[in-house]
Amino acid sequence: MALTTDEVLAGLAELITDETGISADEVALEKSFTDDLDIDSISMMTIVVNAEEKFGVTIPDEEVKNLKTVGDAVTFITSNQA
Amino acid sequence: MTVTLNQPTGPAHTRIYAYGAARGENAVPNDDLIGPIDSSDEWIRQRTGIITRTRAVASTTAIDLASDAAAEAVERSGIDPALIDVVIIATISNPKQTPSVSAIVADRIGANPAAAYDLNAACAGFAYGVAQADALIRAGAAHYAVVVGAEKLSDIVDPADRSISFLLGDGAGAVVVGPSDFPGIGPTVWGSDGSKADAVGMNHTLVEFRDGQSPWPTLRQEGPTVFRWAVWEMVKVARKALEEAGVLPEDLAAFVPHQANMRIIDEFAKQLKLPESVVIGRDIETTGNTSAASIPLATHRLLEEHPELSGGLALQIGFGAGLVFGAQVVVLP
Repeated sequence: MALTTDEVLAGLAELITDETGISADEVALEKSFTDDLDIDSISMMTIVVNAEEKFGVTIPDEEVKNLKTVGDAVTFITSNQA
Repeated sequence: MTVTLNQPTGPAHTRIYAYGAARGENAVPNDDLIGPIDSSDEWIRQRTGIITRTRAVASTTAIDLASDAAAEAVERSGIDPALIDVVIIATISNPKQTPSVSAIVADRIGANPAAAYDLNAACAGFAYGVAQADALIRAGAAHYAVVVGAEKLSDIVDPADRSISFLLGDGAGAVVVGPSDFPGIGPTVWGSDGSKADAVGMNHTLVEFRDGQSPWPTLRQEGPTVFRWAVWEMVKVARKALEEAGVLPEDLAAFVPHQANMRIIDEFAKQLKLPESVVIGRDIETTGNTSAASIPLATHRLLEEHPELSGGLALQIGFGAGLVFGAQVVVLP
């Protein structure tokens, strides 16, 4: 069964915390990965690969560039879940 | 009457006899590079783990570095250089396409008239060279081989490039490979994926430069794409190399991945689930990324700092522009 936006956001926040140490409370839909959360491209890719495994989606390299905010990622994941 | 050809066969096993190393003369700290990329020492350390990288002076060439590394490996091996009958040099940065680096190096180290050729497999070049030396000797096509990874990458960097240039260093690492009473070089798992040729490589051709259509060609990479491939795809290759060698992670004494970026090395080791007993090559911190030279340079340093690793098993894996990859388990001399 497809996960809700809140469930994906909570799961993604866990992955972000694991990779960067950023508190899950700081992870919100409107936050920019680079400008607000200061996540670099290597950490971003680690989060992407872990998200693929966690949510059962495929996130191509060219799509990663379009994921500017946490909300972009949550939308992509919820729209592409099997 | 039909004549039957002689067809050679070689010894059943090979091993690495000794390592040699040469690094660029100058230690270049991050602070020397941050101006043109509008960056900071902290930014570079955080993204790469590099504190300084070794770069050669203008008068030192990849041929010089290769010769020094090869000479050390030969001396340490105790093998008469006249017995070396093949010299293989992995390099992508010699500014002269021909003659080969290898023929000149063979002559300089006293191995003339050994067969000599250069190979272009970028950061997998050393693993490719070891695979070839092993196969040539076991096939009876050579008796002793010198394999070198040698690069002067500082000639093909753009100081204003934020993708790869600040990672790169100059150096050469070498080994002598010869016959062995025991299996000293495991099966090589190697391959390529040319569909990702644009992920890392030169940004222009020499012809474009000659015709005034481009600046001097330099290296570029799609960092995140390379990172994903280098960790999660290469982990599969590393596991296969262990499996084909009949080795478990806990059997390893050392893990020596291509010194691309400390973040790649750390994530790779994490994904491989190596026990803490396995010593990991981290030469990149003070040498930088030296492409084909990075694995033998890192192993040379490990053996200097941890002589107890001698006789142990090391998993080495190279990966880079092509894309190409090569991995094998070797017994450390």
